[in-house]
Amino acid sequence: MSEPARPLVELRDAAKSYGAVRALRDGDLALRPGEVRALVGENGAGKSTLVKVLGGVVRRDGGEMLVHGEPVDFHSPHDARDAGIAVIYQEPTLFPDLSIAENVVMGYHPLGRFKRIDRRAMHAQVQGLLDRLGVRLDSERPVRGLSIADQQIVEIAKALSFEARVLIMDEPTAALSGPEVERLFSVVRNLREHGSAVLFISHRLEEVFAICDTATVMRDGAVVHNAEIAAMTPDDMVKRMVGRELSALFPKQDAAVGDPVLKVHRLTREGVFFDISFEVRAGEIVALAGLVGAGRSEVARAIFGIDKPDAGHVEIAGRRLPPARPLAAMRAGIGFVPEDRRQQGLVMDLSIARNATMTRTGSLSRMGLIRSVAENRLAREWATRLQLKYHRLDDPAGFLSGGNQQKVVLAKWLATEPKVLILDEPTRGIDVGTKAEVHRLMSELAGRGLAVLMISSELPEVLGMADRVLVMHEGRLTGELARGEADEERVIRAATGQTTAAAG
Amino acid sequence: MSAHAAPVEGARARRLTERVFRIRELGIVVALLLLIAVTAVLEPRFIESDSLRNLALNASIFAILAAGQTLVIITRNVDLSVGSVLGLSAFLAGDLLSSHQGMPLILVFVLGIALGAGCGLLNGVLVTWGQVPALVVTLGTLYVFRGLAFLWTDGQQVNAETLPDSFLNLGTDSILGVPILVLIALAVVLGVGQWLRDFRAGRELYAIGSNPEGARLAGVRSQRRVLTAFVLAGALAGLGGVLFTARFGTVDATAGTGYELTVIAAAVVGGVAIFGGTGSVYGAALGALLLGTITSSLIVLRVEAFWQQAAIGALLLLAIAFDRFVGVRVDAALRRRSARRAG
Repeated sequence: MSEPARPLVELRDAAKSYGAVRALRDGDLALRPGEVRALVGENGAGKSTLVKVLGGVVRRDGGEMLVHGEPVDFHSPHDARDAGIAVIYQEPTLFPDLSIAENVVMGYHPLGRFKRIDRRAMHAQVQGLLDRLGVRLDSERPVRGLSIADQQIVEIAKALSFEARVLIMDEPTAALSGPEVERLFSVVRNLREHGSAVLFISHRLEEVFAICDTATVMRDGAVVHNAEIAAMTPDDMVKRMVGRELSALFPKQDAAVGDPVLKVHRLTREGVFFDISFEVRAGEIVALAGLVGAGRSEVARAIFGIDKPDAGHVEIAGRRLPPARPLAAMRAGIGFVPEDRRQQGLVMDLSIARNATMTRTGSLSRMGLIRSVAENRLAREWATRLQLKYHRLDDPAGFLSGGNQQKVVLAKWLATEPKVLILDEPTRGIDVGTKAEVHRLMSELAGRGLAVLMISSELPEVLGMADRVLVMHEGRLTGELARGEADEERVIRAATGQTTAAAG
Repeated sequence: MSAHAAPVEGARARRLTERVFRIRELGIVVALLLLIAVTAVLEPRFIESDSLRNLALNASIFAILAAGQTLVIITRNVDLSVGSVLGLSAFLAGDLLSSHQGMPLILVFVLGIALGAGCGLLNGVLVTWGQVPALVVTLGTLYVFRGLAFLWTDGQQVNAETLPDSFLNLGTDSILGVPILVLIALAVVLGVGQWLRDFRAGRELYAIGSNPEGARLAGVRSQRRVLTAFVLAGALAGLGGVLFTARFGTVDATAGTGYELTVIAAAVVGGVAIFGGTGSVYGAALGALLLGTITSSLIVLRVEAFWQQAAIGALLLLAIAFDRFVGVRVDAALRRRSARRAG
């Protein structure tokens, strides 16, 4: 199809804010019949929000949406479906207890007399769709137990069942093996031949170049580029995904780098990460970069002993840690600030003081009873040192702002006088001012000889703070860059599996 | 293309799923027959027609409540207030008929069912719009509705002699040898069962319980459906209340106390998964019949009351263990099947 057909669906200047956060702006996108369009961008670039707007899951609060040239407003996923738009989300949205056929036609069962469901027609219809997709699946089988790849096929069959002309796939290949990706691609090509439009979201650039005709690049919540794939190179695309200036917000001070404190030796957890080896020295900040789902948090969890590795081990200052024993890891001197502050880092309903001293209850108690005087004294000491902004120490931790909550988590670990501090997304959801404070703190801690391992999805943070950058891609270390040689392109290339950045 | 191979694998998978459902409901039937047989050997009077008739009569009201409860549980909710709703509606029926002798029975039924539906609507609104977990909402309304019943009755009770005979006959008369009460229960169970099996709205209840977020994304109007389930459960509890009065004649504020637990137990024994998504009304009704029969047979065998409760508890645990066992086996079988196909 070379002549520009009218778009099946089009977004013009679409915008969406969550509170003060502008998740999407300048959302311009058109999907034409017979087009497979890539949607690429870093984590948090606004891809998911754009997809949710198209799928009727969230309502845009600015701009226009057109279906077949007519302005529309979706109030629910139902409306998007009626407009012929199907979204295949990353998370499976199927009903495990029901048959494949019912999953496909849910809410739109073929009806017989008296509005009763015509099961025979339903199974015939769905079996026909499955055969058309060229897969050997039985429509009467329950969905429970299907592989992710087969579940995606069921989702595609669902889209075909209501003759969706627009199919949006949010990272459909993330969990698929090679042959499964090939099968998915042949289905996508088939759809293209039938005049459907496909929006294909993937972090794997080689796939984008293999299957897509056009590409939309997003950055910082905005669509920054729309072009034919033929007119782009992977390098081009990476540049446009990154293309922002490094802010001077991240002041890592130079610190004397000492002996290795944390050594990770060939750590492996089947199906999650493989053969991970690295070390972090005293006074050093090492960033673990990569895309969401690359296995970074899982490595951190294994180091701290939350998950049991299948192979490999961890050493702290030359002493080998027993696997899967968080208490032993704590005693050996590891502090772990988890990604999800609200669920894993803090007990939101407990007081600030109790949260901040939770790791020290042993030394604060006498005859098994915690003395609140001692607890408050220790908490006040740390609150002062970290410049915590609070009203009263016995307020629940949930009262604090995100940044100050993170300080309480930090206080909790710093009170144990750790040798190694692991920080998983330390500044996620924290406002800019407090972010800088957390960075200053990290820098100061490294200056005092702490070994810091930081997981971060924010490239400026990684590049600004880290003495060394380790990059993971699909469970493997694909790059190690010293401060001097690390730049955005190199990190992104390693994180997307573009192997040009050889491990150094 | 590969369509030729599909039917072979298909037939096998189909047989497996069908078998599981049959096993589940047949299992209860077999347990029921065994129980009756063993009791009959020890005490032959147990299978006299009067005794069997009583068994069916006792199970009828529970079966109606269990049908309503099944609707709610399938959506991953629960309704603990059904016993109290039954009490309210039972007293309403008794009060209306004893104070207005000439009132048409059909009107009494309509009012009783409407009262129940109203209670269900309150539960449903709090659960869907209020976003409060059903366990908490219905635990609250369990006490509220019971409290209202006590306020309303003011310590009074309705006696059988003040009720019209035409009404009381509903609880005792038969058509072609089958008690009217049992016929009503059968009609309700079949009606609700078919609705759940063969109508879009019914299938959407399963979808909601199986994956709530998925149901929303599939365009299912979940709130409306859950609300419907609660209203129907309430309405059926209301119907149960009117029938309770017809059967027992004497009603006070405590009518139906504790029924909710028996009803939930019946549903679970009958194969309705407490986390939603699976189960049928037929299974729940059979569960109600089984629980009732156990109680009766233990009474007939002059087993102490304590053991009756223990027996029901044991049956419940047995049913859950059985479901778990079968569930694990089926999962493994389905996984193996997928693997074989892929390989």
